[in-house]
Amino acid sequence: MNFKTMSLISAVALALPTLGMADADDDTLVINEEIEMTTKAAAPAHLDGALGDKVMSGWHFRSDETQAMEMDDFDNPGMLGVEDGEVIWNTVEGSEGKSCASCHGESSEMAGVKATYPKWNDGAEEVRTLQMQVNDCRVNQMGAEAYGYDKGGALPLEALLSSVSRGMPVNVAIDGPAQSTWEQGKDIYYTRFGQLNLSCANCHEDNYGNMIRADHLSQGQVNGFPTYRLKNTKLNGSHSRFKGCIRDTRAATFNPGSPEFVALELYVTSRGNGLSVEGPSVRN
Amino acid sequence: MTFSRRDTLALGAGAVAFSFMPFQVSAAADEAIAAFTGGAEVAEGGITLTAPEIAENGNTVPVSVDASGAMSILLLATGNPTPGVATFNFGELAGSQSASTRMRLAGTQDVVAIAKMADGSFARAASTVKVTIGGCGG
Amino acid sequence: MADGVKPRVKAPKKAAAGDVVTLKTLISHKMESGQRKGSDGNLIPRSIINRFTCEFNGKSVIDVTLEAAISTNPYFEFEATVPEAGDFKFTWYDDDGSVYDETKSVAIG
Repeated sequence: MNFKTMSLISAVALALPTLGMADADDDTLVINEEIEMTTKAAAPAHLDGALGDKVMSGWHFRSDETQAMEMDDFDNPGMLGVEDGEVIWNTVEGSEGKSCASCHGESSEMAGVKATYPKWNDGAEEVRTLQMQVNDCRVNQMGAEAYGYDKGGALPLEALLSSVSRGMPVNVAIDGPAQSTWEQGKDIYYTRFGQLNLSCANCHEDNYGNMIRADHLSQGQVNGFPTYRLKNTKLNGSHSRFKGCIRDTRAATFNPGSPEFVALELYVTSRGNGLSVEGPSVRN
Repeated sequence: MTFSRRDTLALGAGAVAFSFMPFQVSAAADEAIAAFTGGAEVAEGGITLTAPEIAENGNTVPVSVDASGAMSILLLATGNPTPGVATFNFGELAGSQSASTRMRLAGTQDVVAIAKMADGSFARAASTVKVTIGGCGG
Repeated sequence: MADGVKPRVKAPKKAAAGDVVTLKTLISHKMESGQRKGSDGNLIPRSIINRFTCEFNGKSVIDVTLEAAISTNPYFEFEATVPEAGDFKFTWYDDDGSVYDETKSVAIG
């Protein structure tokens, strides 16, 4: 074999292993053959066409095998976190001798709550994420210690509260007193960070459906959080995911629970208004 | 013959591609197979191995084996630092000689399943799984 | 006993005599492979579930040897013949000597 032939074969061999994936798929997500999920919805008006006419759950961008793991609670390892959350929900902690259930009853009675968070709190005059609200209850009602953000029982509880709202449409308010926080989140979304000079929008708005190396870029929706990732085999919070993304732009990042990420969570959540609450989802 | 810079690059890339193509079964995998079969001949077919062509993450790859009439099935990830994945031994109340699990793959490689049949014969199936690396590691 | 290890089983509560039923099992477990290095640079020792068995009324359905390549939270799906009413017994054996089990009763009807 002469050298040129060798080079030609090399080139052909290199060209072969291409990936066939491209756009989001058209599969339908029904969980436990019971909960019909809205994974594609009309884009909220505030997006002004930035994502075309519809918003899509990250579920559509995953392989069939990963998708299948979310279609049955037994196959979804994220449900282990929900079980942990249920235990915490019913466990008395703190100086007041109360559990979450003491005031709120069964966890299933919280259906619909996750769909409206992050949400303006009149008393505190701030936008609160669900984890912030849980910590408020723990400190001021139960006399227990606050969880660190995305730490300890925070994600199992968030996964529990998400699981009982599955199938209900995400519907966070972006007007009224929440508007300035929402605007701040929007600014962050479109701000380029780091040595790679990338904003959230550069990947998740301009390039969703395209491949970033071997990965299929989603719209970066957070309706499926907390999410069980095959990569680290545990529940991941949206703030930790934001941190991972910003870190990968080679920037100094904000921390989970920071005002910046609270604002970003409100804004990114609002981009998925109309999609079903899907957490705990399964992603790669 | 002179090598231009471009030729050299292509040769290097070709060598990389070629080195991946035959997916040589490691010595450790050969040993595990020999221990399972006792060196007996292994036929192709008679067993089904189902694994994704492309795994989104090597940490959790779904895999199924199915060999009607098997007493046991050995499952190997030939490209892992240690090739063993699992051995399924089917009992008298097994409803079928099939099982599914989730495995870790250290990289793109051949996954091999070998069934030991009730008559003492062995059957083999193999499947190449491409393990992809995430977008930016986030 | 390792922390947070909890077995889960999905099995039908009822079957007809002679039916083949599908069983799914999942146990929360880190399945430390022995291949990873800790923050001190030393290898983290292997600590996995190394065997899983399922019996029905004392007769074997499946007996699995697990290696370090089984993913975190080991999952198995397989089929069993149910000849009569009775109990499925599922047992997981940990490297650290712990044994975890779960029982599911099946009625005929």
